Amino acid sequence: MTAYTATVTVRLKRGVLDPEAETTRRALERLGFEIEDLRSADRFELDLEADDAAAAETRATEMAERLLANPTIHDYDVEVAEA
Amino acid sequence: MAAVTVAVVRFGGSNCDRDARRALEHLGVDAEIVWHEAGLPEDTTGVVVPGGFSYGDYLRAGAMAARSPVMEEVRAAAADGTPTLGVCNGAQIGCEGGLTPGAFTTNRSARFRCEHVHLRVENADTPWTAAYDDGEIIELPIAHGEGRFEIDDDRLRRLRAEDRVLFRYCDAGGETTAAANPNGSTDNVAGVLGETDTVAVLMPHPERAALPDIGPTDGQGVLRAFEFE
Repeated sequence: MTAYTATVTVRLKRGVLDPEAETTRRALERLGFEIEDLRSADRFELDLEADDAAAAETRATEMAERLLANPTIHDYDVEVAEA
Repeated sequence: MAAVTVAVVRFGGSNCDRDARRALEHLGVDAEIVWHEAGLPEDTTGVVVPGGFSYGDYLRAGAMAARSPVMEEVRAAAADGTPTLGVCNGAQIGCEGGLTPGAFTTNRSARFRCEHVHLRVENADTPWTAAYDDGEIIELPIAHGEGRFEIDDDRLRRLRAEDRVLFRYCDAGGETTAAANPNGSTDNVAGVLGETDTVAVLMPHPERAALPDIGPTDGQGVLRAFEFE
């Protein structure tokens, strides 16, 4: 077994409104910053033991499917690196 | 009438559980609050997943409660035809837990909305709406920050084709305008059925509009689904 860190990034699907990001964008503009657009995402770092990177990715993907993301509104990606 | 015991499932952070019980008891329906870790009682003939802020809305509103063990029992009861209603946070839990399609997420305004809204009854041929007429306009309170119903186009088409939209936000005249949509819900949808008509979720609070002493009682009709079991 090897120690890995799987990083799961969860973001809203294209086209799904993100009022929090919009509010954040407006706040940045109030602070004087110029910005074209702003997207936010949640990032989860999962430390786990697995036989190989592919196994670690499979498990992290299942976690994203079952809890970390809501497939109705989210896309996600998974990256695995040795810890 | 057979003995009816509706289980009102309380999670840490539920806060409409007592309102739901009181409203049901006002209608003569026996109801008890059930701590989620205790599981559903054997004689459960109905389930309410009440509003509140279960698990502090961590991750997403309803996400944690939807994956708690009691929801396995609620899904099984719902699949057996036990009337099951999710209100507000209970609606978020219902969608997160796969009882109903779609998702409830952050209001378009990014603000918490606490007010009375008008709803148009879209399908009066369900246990939850049998007390109303098709197209009837009722008034219920809302109180939520994450009530925007999101669903993809294909699923929305299917919901409409199968007549599974219960209520849509409308103005006093019954028009489902953008201005009458308090949270930016897709197609002004406020409540939907699950795969069967005994499972329903809605963001507005019928239990807060059920006692004559404190105001309008338009919500009684929804809760009457539990009367006839």
